[in-house]
Amino acid sequence: MNFPFLSVITFTPLVAALLILLLPAQRKNEARAVALGAAVIALLLSFCVYFNYDQAAGGYQFIEKYNWLPALGISLYFGVDGMSTPLVLLTGVVMFTGVLISWGDDDKRVMAGIQDRPREFFAFLFILAWGVFGVFVSLDLFMLFFFYEIAVFPMYLLIAIWGWVVTREYAAMKLTLYLFLGSVISLVGVLIMYWVQYQNTGVLSFDMLEMEKAGFSQTFQNIWFLPVFLGFAVLGGIWPFHNWSPDGHVAAPTAVSMFHAGVLMKLGAFAALRVGIMLLPQGAVTWKWLIMFFAAVAVVYGAYIAFVQTDFKYMVGFSSVSHMGLVMLGFSTLNREGLLGSGLQMFSHGVMTALFFAVVGMIYDRAHTRQIPELGGMNKVMSFAAIGFIIGGLVSMGMPGFSGFVAEFPIFLGVWREQWLVAVISSISIVITAAYIMRNIRQVFFSDLPEKLDGHLTDVTVLDKVAITTLCLFMILIGLFPGFMVPMVETGVENILRLLGGT
Amino acid sequence: MTTETLIWLIPLPPVLAFFLIVLFTNKNKALSHTLAVGAAFLSWLGSMIVFVRALGVEHLGEHPFESSLNWLPTGDTWFRIGVLVDPLSAAVLFFVAWTVLMIFIYSVGYHNYGQPEGDQDVKGLPPRGAIVNAHGHKHAVPSVEPMYSRFFAFIGLFAFGMYVLVLSDNLLTLFVGWEIMGLCSYLLIGFWYAKKSARDAAVKAFMTTRVGDVFMLLGIAWLYSYTGTLNFREIFQPELLERMGNAMAFPELAMRWPALFPFISSFSIAGAIALLLFVGTVGKSAQFPLHVWLPDAMEGPTPVSAMIHAATMVSAGVYAVVRMFPLLEADVTGTSMAVVAFIGAFTAIFAATIAVAQNDIKRVLAYSTISQLGFMIAALGIGAYVAAVFHLITHAFFKALLFLGSGSVIHGMEHGVLHTGNHHVDAQDMFNMGGLRRKMPITFWTFLIGGFALSGFPLITAGFWSKDEILAEAFGHGHWWVFITLAVAAFLTAFYTMRQITLTFLGEPRTKEAEHAQETPWTMTVPLVILAFFAVAYGWIGVPTGFPVLGGLLPNWLHEFVGGTLAEHPEALAFNWIPLGTSLFVALGGLYFGWLTYRNVNSPAEDRLQIPLLKNKYYFDEIYDRLFVKPAYWFAETFVYKWMDQGLIDSILHLFGPLTDKIGSFIRKYIDLLILNDAGDGSYKATWWFGRNLRGVQTGRIQQYLMFALAIFMLVGAALYFYFRYFRLVA
Amino acid sequence: MNFIDTHLLSLTLFLPSIAAIFMLLLPNGNDKLTRWFAFGVSLIPFLLSLVMWSRFDPGQPGFQFEESYVWYEAIGSSLHLGVDGLSLTMVLLTTLLTPLAILASFSITDRVKPYMMLFLLLETGMLGVFMALDLLIFFVFWEVGLVPMYFLINQWGSANRNYASLKFLIYTMGGSLGLLLAIQMLGVLFGTYDLLTLYQRWNSLVPGSLLLGLPVQTVKTIAFWAFAIAFTIKVPVWPFHTWLPDAHTEAPTAGSMILAGVLLKLGAYGFLRLILPLYPFEARVFAGALALLATAAIVFGAFGAYAQTDFKRLVAYSSVNHMGFVVLGIAAAGLAAGTADANIALNGAILQMFNHGLSAAGMFFLVGVIYERTHTRNLNEFGGLFPLVPVYGGILIFTSMASLGLPGLNGFISEFLVVRGAFPILTVYTAISMLGLLFTGAYILKGITKVLHGPLNEHWAHGEHKLTEISTREILVMAPLMALILWNGIWPAWILNVINKAVVMLF
Repeated sequence: MNFPFLSVITFTPLVAALLILLLPAQRKNEARAVALGAAVIALLLSFCVYFNYDQAAGGYQFIEKYNWLPALGISLYFGVDGMSTPLVLLTGVVMFTGVLISWGDDDKRVMAGIQDRPREFFAFLFILAWGVFGVFVSLDLFMLFFFYEIAVFPMYLLIAIWGWVVTREYAAMKLTLYLFLGSVISLVGVLIMYWVQYQNTGVLSFDMLEMEKAGFSQTFQNIWFLPVFLGFAVLGGIWPFHNWSPDGHVAAPTAVSMFHAGVLMKLGAFAALRVGIMLLPQGAVTWKWLIMFFAAVAVVYGAYIAFVQTDFKYMVGFSSVSHMGLVMLGFSTLNREGLLGSGLQMFSHGVMTALFFAVVGMIYDRAHTRQIPELGGMNKVMSFAAIGFIIGGLVSMGMPGFSGFVAEFPIFLGVWREQWLVAVISSISIVITAAYIMRNIRQVFFSDLPEKLDGHLTDVTVLDKVAITTLCLFMILIGLFPGFMVPMVETGVENILRLLGGT
Repeated sequence: MTTETLIWLIPLPPVLAFFLIVLFTNKNKALSHTLAVGAAFLSWLGSMIVFVRALGVEHLGEHPFESSLNWLPTGDTWFRIGVLVDPLSAAVLFFVAWTVLMIFIYSVGYHNYGQPEGDQDVKGLPPRGAIVNAHGHKHAVPSVEPMYSRFFAFIGLFAFGMYVLVLSDNLLTLFVGWEIMGLCSYLLIGFWYAKKSARDAAVKAFMTTRVGDVFMLLGIAWLYSYTGTLNFREIFQPELLERMGNAMAFPELAMRWPALFPFISSFSIAGAIALLLFVGTVGKSAQFPLHVWLPDAMEGPTPVSAMIHAATMVSAGVYAVVRMFPLLEADVTGTSMAVVAFIGAFTAIFAATIAVAQNDIKRVLAYSTISQLGFMIAALGIGAYVAAVFHLITHAFFKALLFLGSGSVIHGMEHGVLHTGNHHVDAQDMFNMGGLRRKMPITFWTFLIGGFALSGFPLITAGFWSKDEILAEAFGHGHWWVFITLAVAAFLTAFYTMRQITLTFLGEPRTKEAEHAQETPWTMTVPLVILAFFAVAYGWIGVPTGFPVLGGLLPNWLHEFVGGTLAEHPEALAFNWIPLGTSLFVALGGLYFGWLTYRNVNSPAEDRLQIPLLKNKYYFDEIYDRLFVKPAYWFAETFVYKWMDQGLIDSILHLFGPLTDKIGSFIRKYIDLLILNDAGDGSYKATWWFGRNLRGVQTGRIQQYLMFALAIFMLVGAALYFYFRYFRLVA
Repeated sequence: MNFIDTHLLSLTLFLPSIAAIFMLLLPNGNDKLTRWFAFGVSLIPFLLSLVMWSRFDPGQPGFQFEESYVWYEAIGSSLHLGVDGLSLTMVLLTTLLTPLAILASFSITDRVKPYMMLFLLLETGMLGVFMALDLLIFFVFWEVGLVPMYFLINQWGSANRNYASLKFLIYTMGGSLGLLLAIQMLGVLFGTYDLLTLYQRWNSLVPGSLLLGLPVQTVKTIAFWAFAIAFTIKVPVWPFHTWLPDAHTEAPTAGSMILAGVLLKLGAYGFLRLILPLYPFEARVFAGALALLATAAIVFGAFGAYAQTDFKRLVAYSSVNHMGFVVLGIAAAGLAAGTADANIALNGAILQMFNHGLSAAGMFFLVGVIYERTHTRNLNEFGGLFPLVPVYGGILIFTSMASLGLPGLNGFISEFLVVRGAFPILTVYTAISMLGLLFTGAYILKGITKVLHGPLNEHWAHGEHKLTEISTREILVMAPLMALILWNGIWPAWILNVINKAVVMLF
């Protein structure tokens, strides 16, 4: 593995973004082309990483280390383990599909995708992607945080500029605020960990592997686990700090919602895991009951609220809250099944919700409303999207045979080990989810087409279909053959369990 | 061919005929009835051979013809089914074969084979006749039944059911035949399904008999699970019977509330099971209180009435009790016997009184059937096994004869109706008839023989011997009430029979239709003659040995033969004048009074016995409608469906949707938006304000963003300083 | 050939769905091709199951044609397939009914391809449940079967389909929630889902000990009910039956055929395959309650059917009534496991599952036939149709009689065996259920009389509404069913022998 996969993957989006910005504003298609090119490269490379990762060996692989600021012990230190590899792949997939569905084209009556300043849009989108990749691959705490901020910053602009005019100001501000407050808190934690690490070892280093090895004192962990974990978890949409996310979804343009729900929220969860649980395992053990409480609430709570939403995007948004709750629930168990489930759920939910937002976007672009009661009969014009959404729906209601079941089942197993009551309670969400998903599918796709929409609708574009197919394939693949991803995640879980003192 | 193989084959021809007609030949009338009659003939032939061979066997009762094979695997054992011909089934087989064949032949004529198709005939209604243009002038002739082939298919299946029932060696296959006949009676009573009366009668018949069947099946299940077998001969092993006879049926009931159910709790298992089976018979043989369906069943074509009410189905009911007689007898308490005797005797007289007031020629016969069956049941109830079988057989012959005769009369009347074209005249009302003896002599004489047999005309008719034997047994075993009741019933029987004969055949025609009535074709009259022969001759094989003068001439063959079925042969009674005198008196007296009363009655008005209570059959239909039918409707439609399913259960289910909705919107409104969201917005507004006022002017987004960044890093610095100022010791 | 021998089950199981995927490649709009393709493909599993039947050795204990593939190693679940006499019977029923259902739906003209695909997927779902020897796999197929059926009802159903389909889906999913949780618990306890292992380890738990902080008995009781509820809803047993009339009534004809023919059997199969072996003790303790519900199902089912004016609803309620006997048999077996009576009751119950599959499918199809022609199911709008459609009438009477339990036809044998087996064990309940039989007669006659007999409704006699006779294709659908109905009534030993051996060895 001497080819620097990770750094290439990470910086491809940045390069692409710069290229795009260099292009003259009116060359829309070139901008799109570059974007697509970059996306494909990133996707292919992340595939390579995924398939070349040696599961037998486990641990961190594809390690690259370049000094950056030796004085402070900051370095570009890349590497992936079983947990982050699927997420890298996920980012690649979402990025690729995101580009496809926001392609847009100007000579269509239907304003699909992004028409307005695609150049800047793609540029920002790719900066975002750059940050995301960075977080997933960084083994250096500072870099991780750096990329984290990089990922968050463009969200603000993407929403505020290309978002839904009605709420974009509000939503963008709210989102930024939540995320920054979150990251501030965790930043404090991070710096302190850095400092304390220096005090213990006498070496200035943000090297997370070192930190893992050295470890921190019980008291320290007990104090700092919560701030660090929650600080990151805010981006993971953990209850009760989830509120920014549905509003953000609703306001964001389609591709951004996809990134936001599909990848960004995983970013939060992942960082919370990497920094919170893996660096402060004892703290995690101390506080897991609280996390479990938050998560369990989120699961049921999100499902209930999604049940009553009439805005399609809000519905999906809150369903994400519920599903990310499951991820957190898995974390909180700190045992093999739970963590395994979370790892899978992060991927599964990423793909699924990306698909959801993609389809919702397609519908919105055509019907210009997201009010479920005002929609209907979409199956007649865009049956392909309908099928895609149905598959997504089945995944989200944990229907066996799809990735959702493969991911949720172990989570519940893990919870059974810890606290069976929680498993019983949070399982209610399954039925509620089934109810609102099926109800809305029927209303949006199969009821009669309202007159005012009749005739104004066109089928989804080929690119959209490619995107939908790609996403669906992953969900079915994992659902039918868990072997595709489970062993990979397991190696990552082993790693965590080791830190937890081999539960 | 061995007898056993032959026995296996006997039931098959009719059922094959059924399938062939249904599947292939239903378009072709000639082929259909050839198949059916041919099949009936084959079965008849087989039965006769078996019967003859059975006569040849010494002690057939001990070693009957039987063969069986595995049918249902039940755990480690098998449930076997097979055929059995012992004296009882041989005797029954004999009359079944004859009557069935006769009825098949008769049906050809009855359904006007060879006549033209009526132009306004429709399927589901009796043929209305056709207009033909013969030598110059039009005139009306009977038209052929539109569903001719279907009729023969059905009676074929019916005959199959009867043969299965008679020949089977176990209760389960007996029940199979039993139910197949139930279906056929349903299909045949409702043969003219476009008539509402026929439809209702069919459903009524099926449901009423099914009430009995359900209990019977229960009894079968009980018997099976107690003895582990349903094979007659295995059940009737003495020690097993004894065990069942002595075991309490409802021990816990008897223990807990002996006072509460002295009756029920006194049953032995044998008695309880026997009674459950008997309920089946009550339904099938139209005994009180399940008798209501039989008179309505007259809606079917007359051959069907003969089939159901004489030859097969009702006899099947009695046959079943005769079959299970050892079980009935095994009940040490004797309660079950008493119940049977009571039901029988009561039915006998109860039905006879109703028959007196009926004007429909077939309904009179229907009620007389119920009453005669009552005789048999009563006979069994008092242990007169042979007498019951005897009467069963003789009755089958003369009642078949009477029904076919009445059919012939109706047919002749319809001919008259067609002639006058006045379709309002009811061809079955006896008051529309009269003086038919000259119009249809063969029918008259045969009907007369049948009628006399029914009323037990001394010495020559078969009915006399069988009925006399029943009375003798009742008297001999000191069952006084039964004796008296049956005697009165016998008197009534003779009375209404003579009434019927008088009104129908004697005197002068009361209507034009009667004047133009015509004798029926040979296909109908020949069966009448043959049956008439048996109605007379069959009695002579059962003459009690002790009977004065005649006693010695013929051996009481029947008693020996049928009696041989039972483990210990019933001994013949010593002769006694009292019962003989009684039966002589009731028969002759009844006939005489009947003639005396009705010889010059010409209209219902003059008939003094048209008592509403009797005419309306003691209002049983109305009572049952109030008590059972209407409540059942209400329970099904209102209670179960409306209230329980839709009202209770579904409305509980429908709660969940709104409930989830309520919870969801509550959480959203009061927790999510009110608490969590507004808290967030508060801080957001604060920062907004901060961001504005720090720089005074609102500038581009980037600046604003950097503003946050600055604010945040100040916070961070503050936090770090704070931390290391106070908490460093922690690390 | 050798491959087929070694993969008999997996081939039977997955061929339909593989074919369904393949159908995507078929040209759009060529409905004829699609139909025949679907029909032809659905015949293959049937042939394979015939091969299975011929190679199956009833005398040999345990499961046959076993196959095991890695599926979800991490949580110890593997795709473990195998059949015994019990499941083989059901497999045969499924593979027999699916081609008939597809043949029955040749009249579907709206979106033929997805329709047929859903049917094939549905077949895989059902077969999977019957073949699974792994609890998780069982659940997977259990749930997977729901989706195609939901869309079949929701997309090709009649007026009130939205309500019916959602009720069907949510009710069943809600019901299987407990099942899911119980399965998770078993998985957590034993780290495996292999049924054969679970049978032993679950039953060998020490009664006194604690489980999840609760005494084992409590946990087992709760788990028992979690299983039982899921299955009672599916069967369905009173009072969980109200989804069924709606679902049946709204589903397309072939949908109801499969729904009544096979899907209901899944519940009963669950009882036999999971509850009796896993919870012998609880089954004994709660047999009374189960029998009570079963009796209620029989009696109220019959009354409910009698109350209907909608022909299809009437038949739907009759399913409640008939499946009640299955559950009654199971309850009896649970109470007196191992006794001869119990074996007879189980023989009856399983045979009844098969028989009801035949007759119910037939009845629903016949209702569909007349519905297609008249576009009404209201009994009061029919009447006197017999002369117009003699053949149809004959078939209808025949099938109705089978469902009425006329001796000589299949229904009687199984119901008698159940009654016979249950009588000594649950005397009172059995006696009451017999009264249910009485009303079985009532509603069947009501159906026949209202449709075929009675004064002819001239509306159907002539003109555009003239009722046409049942077509050859439709007769072809009925022929195998009728043949089997008759044959099972006359000579049930061919199948009962397999069932009986399995029962004796299993319980």
